[in-house]
Amino acid sequence: MLRFANPARFMRLSAVLLPWCAAAAAVFVAIGLYGALFVAPPDYQQGEAVKIMYVHVPSAWMASLIYAVMALASAVALIWRHPVAHIAAESAAPIGAGFTFVCLVSGSLWGEPMWGTWWVWDARLTSVLVLFFLYLGFIALANAFDDRTRGSRAAAILAIVGVINLPIIKFSVDWWNTLHQKASVFVMGGPTIATSMLWPLLVMATGFLFFFATLLMLRMRAALLRAKVRALRFGM
Amino acid sequence: MSAFTALLTRDLRLAFRQGGDVANVVAFFALAVILFPFGVGPDPDLLARISAGVLWVTALLAALLSLERLFEADYHDGSLEALSLMPVPLEIQVLAKCTAHWLTTGLPLTIVAPVLALVLHFDVAGYPALIAALLLGTPVLSLIGAIGAALTLGARRAGVLLSLLVLPLYIPVLIFGVAASEAAALGLQSRPHLLLLAALLATSLALAPWAAAAALRQALE
Repeated sequence: MLRFANPARFMRLSAVLLPWCAAAAAVFVAIGLYGALFVAPPDYQQGEAVKIMYVHVPSAWMASLIYAVMALASAVALIWRHPVAHIAAESAAPIGAGFTFVCLVSGSLWGEPMWGTWWVWDARLTSVLVLFFLYLGFIALANAFDDRTRGSRAAAILAIVGVINLPIIKFSVDWWNTLHQKASVFVMGGPTIATSMLWPLLVMATGFLFFFATLLMLRMRAALLRAKVRALRFGM
Repeated sequence: MSAFTALLTRDLRLAFRQGGDVANVVAFFALAVILFPFGVGPDPDLLARISAGVLWVTALLAALLSLERLFEADYHDGSLEALSLMPVPLEIQVLAKCTAHWLTTGLPLTIVAPVLALVLHFDVAGYPALIAALLLGTPVLSLIGAIGAALTLGARRAGVLLSLLVLPLYIPVLIFGVAASEAAALGLQSRPHLLLLAALLATSLALAPWAAAAALRQALE
């Protein structure tokens, strides 16, 4: 992994990978959407409203996954002092905040017809809201200092502290008796969700993953180029 | 250990000699609580129902307001740099500073809280649980707050940023603190909530000094 810490090597590699990732994201999301909207059956209880799941669940997964990626990149950046890892963490944060926002909004839209309310203060919803604020805090802290490296390091420490929220999100539905349903895909003994609903969900999740990879590489490339411009202009 | 007590007495002496620190926190707490009867009306039943939540939220905000002085003055006059050169681990020093902060905010808040609970018609049966919950919860506020205070040293608009960083992390303390106080007032078991608060305290006591010390180190670099 440390070989990719070289910005020049990262730029070369990402230039090759970027179009492939973008194409994969488009293909997977297209297949996933088709499967979700036309192939997968409506739920026997929820009717067509269950199709919100195909956006809600993958974005929820991405929200947690991106935080984990961000915290890992932050740890790498603090331990080995790689500037590219700082850039990775800072580029991932707004994407993660975006997915968290989509997760909260789609969940709210799903909750209204199903639970009869836009929002409940149960453990899962609250812990995801905290995750959203952790993302915002990370972004704010990274940009709060005149000295950019100071901001990057402070934000990296915050990202690592915030990891404590991830298991709380994951297990909140088991620890507390909540309105939000329990896990049904990643459970011991295999998924408890029908295969006809599971495959579009997994395809969508794969599409979201490639979409994240595409955006992350784009943002990291932009950040590296910006740093280069700054260095050329101010001789820093 | 002697360094710990030395730092602790130094911080306490500073807090008392400069004066006003403790009084300000308590005055803010009292005033903010007194605003609620005006805001929601003087109905005793309504006030009794929201009293635990009001006390906890205002105590949280009072603790938050006092966080900035945890490292700020030492950072600006350079004594933090001198402290970091001592042979004593920075983590121990953070712990001493958190203890001093708790003794000058969390403890006074806990002492004043029963009086304010009286004003809010909080049920008498809930007092022991309220005090126990505050005793367990307010040190967590100081410890988590120390991380935020250390991270925002020298930042632009540090005050607002500090609340953005720290308040989300305070939510668990608030949830279990209110739950313990309310359960007792309603005649239910408050023990499980108090145990969870104790777990939060144990965890943050073990982990927060490390994170805050790491944050201080990068601030001093």
